[in-house]
Amino acid sequence: MASHNESIIREPLITGKDITYAKITNDVLHPVENMPTKAWWIGFTVASLGACLWVFAVSYTFWYGIGSWGLNKTVGWAWDITGFVWWVGIGHAGTLISAILLMFRQNWRNSINRSAEAMTIFAVICAATYIVAHMGRPWMAVYSLPLPNQYGSLWVNFNSPLIWDVFAISTYFSVSLVFWYTGLLPDLATIRDRATGIRRKIYSVCSFGWTGSVKTWQRFETVSLILAGISTPLVLSVHTIVSMDFATSLEPGWHTTIFPPYFVAGAIFSGFAMVQTLLLITRKVLGLENYITMFHIESMNKIILLTGSIVGVAYMTEFFIAYYSGGEYEQYTFLNRFTGPYWWAGCMMYGCNVLMTQMMWFKKVRTNIPISWVLSIVVNIGMWFERFVIIVTSLHRDFIPSSWAMFYPTWIDLSVFIGSIGVFFTLFLLFIRVFPSIAMGEVKLLVKSSSEQAKKKLLDSGHIDPSHAEFYKEALTKFDSVELSDYEKV
Amino acid sequence: MSSTKFILGLFDDPDVMMHGIDQLQKNSVPIYDVYTPMPIHGIDDKLGIKPSRLGYAAFMFGCLGGTTIFSLVYYFMVHDWPMDIGGKPAFAVPSFIPATFEWTVLFTAFGMTATFFFSTHLFPGRTPRVMDLRATDDRFVIAIDAKGNIPHEEITNLLKEAGAVEVKHNDRKYVSYE
Repeated sequence: MASHNESIIREPLITGKDITYAKITNDVLHPVENMPTKAWWIGFTVASLGACLWVFAVSYTFWYGIGSWGLNKTVGWAWDITGFVWWVGIGHAGTLISAILLMFRQNWRNSINRSAEAMTIFAVICAATYIVAHMGRPWMAVYSLPLPNQYGSLWVNFNSPLIWDVFAISTYFSVSLVFWYTGLLPDLATIRDRATGIRRKIYSVCSFGWTGSVKTWQRFETVSLILAGISTPLVLSVHTIVSMDFATSLEPGWHTTIFPPYFVAGAIFSGFAMVQTLLLITRKVLGLENYITMFHIESMNKIILLTGSIVGVAYMTEFFIAYYSGGEYEQYTFLNRFTGPYWWAGCMMYGCNVLMTQMMWFKKVRTNIPISWVLSIVVNIGMWFERFVIIVTSLHRDFIPSSWAMFYPTWIDLSVFIGSIGVFFTLFLLFIRVFPSIAMGEVKLLVKSSSEQAKKKLLDSGHIDPSHAEFYKEALTKFDSVELSDYEKV
Repeated sequence: MSSTKFILGLFDDPDVMMHGIDQLQKNSVPIYDVYTPMPIHGIDDKLGIKPSRLGYAAFMFGCLGGTTIFSLVYYFMVHDWPMDIGGKPAFAVPSFIPATFEWTVLFTAFGMTATFFFSTHLFPGRTPRVMDLRATDDRFVIAIDAKGNIPHEEITNLLKEAGAVEVKHNDRKYVSYE
């Protein structure tokens, strides 16, 4: 049924008064149906300049070859794979929110899943560009596919994690895209039915003729649930396989069985940090405070705390196992993270990811928007350094001291990295301009059960256990979008 | 003879609409379809719509994907060009699992979604068959085929009594056609 009275103890997922179905549509579609604001234009200009830088830097790489990067024969992987793993990891939060939280019936996902999924897709695009760019001769990418060729046919090696990665990333991207777009159809139909002229025609094509009939919705829900069911193991497999790119090698610092769970936790950790970075701004700029509430922010911070702590445990395990293994190369690699020339990168990694996120144990920190935002940036930085430490710090001390080397990024390395952030934000800003950034159909489901006004009605009815009512009112104090004075008399 | 093709009962609340469905069914008025801006559970039971069988399709596609890639990898790695990797067996099943898994998921997702689009007639550029433009916004619409359900006034009253905020007598089936 559409409505039932949810327990008063649960915090509201939609705040504000007079939230009607029409108001949700109006609020969510406001940025889509109106000319963009100045803030959007400024953001878009900066982001697209970054994207132009990316186009230039990658073209330069293709023209002059990988030699334009700072790689050398000891450090053969550096910012490219660091960037790749970083972006893929960021993508993972979107699938976690849209798939795993759907399966666990966490309704707070409803207002953040759309933009998180979009973020997934854009992050995976950025990751894929790194893969193509680091090939140097990108037209050779075709040889990563098992296609008949003139050499035999010489097939790709299915014993290689790099080939598993080709399959994992391409499947992940395309399945995420299908999941996201199928979910968009009802909302695109909403835009279509409100638009006129050419906009109506465009959204008509994009919405595939969606009507919202009973059978359509029934099938839609089946598809969503099954897609969620298969995306859950998929997302776990993707970062597992990414970690196997390292773990199946014999390189000290990489050759570790803990890598798959450690990478997956790290991916979700960094992904949620990026969702937090984006949504804290989006909710403010687009005026969506009633839908992306303090409860959402705090919940995401709790997940960041949990996954950050898992990552912390993984770090400790790594160190213990390095000590316990008795392998001197292994031990040296881990000591070198603190005592070697890249000690500062190690400090960034452990400091940002473990020490800083432990602040989230405090509710004051979790519910403070500026601090949450800064911490989310700190996590993003920390997770970039984690990959840098794993890749470069492990590589730069080879088995033979004569081949020890340092990695110095060139301005092309730097431009590709900054440029990929530009590409990401360009895509994200275009997304919030043309597509609804909140899944309206799913948020509307919550109005009658989990909204502040529905709970207020419950309170007003007077049949609530007073201690529960007190508990609820206490919980409301953290919200920045709730008028607390309304609750004084209740 | 009235020119009304469809009678639409517009509700602003899903629970009231459910009540409307009950009222119509109590009076033996057949319901053509119901259009809602969000999935409302329970309508399908009331209208006697059978559960979706897309799950079976998904399973079949998954089996197809897994079998396809496993057979291909077997052909590549064992039959066509077996490689001697330190004398280890060419038929190294654990190495084949990741690709098999990925294609199982890939085929399931694409096959099931394509089946959904095909059976629901969703494709890019399909003309939307919309009876009321607010059905994707904030109205829960019960559509009744006017042909054969002659006492239009009675149906109108029934819908109004059940709590419809508006009852429309549409001369055209779909308002979205140009």
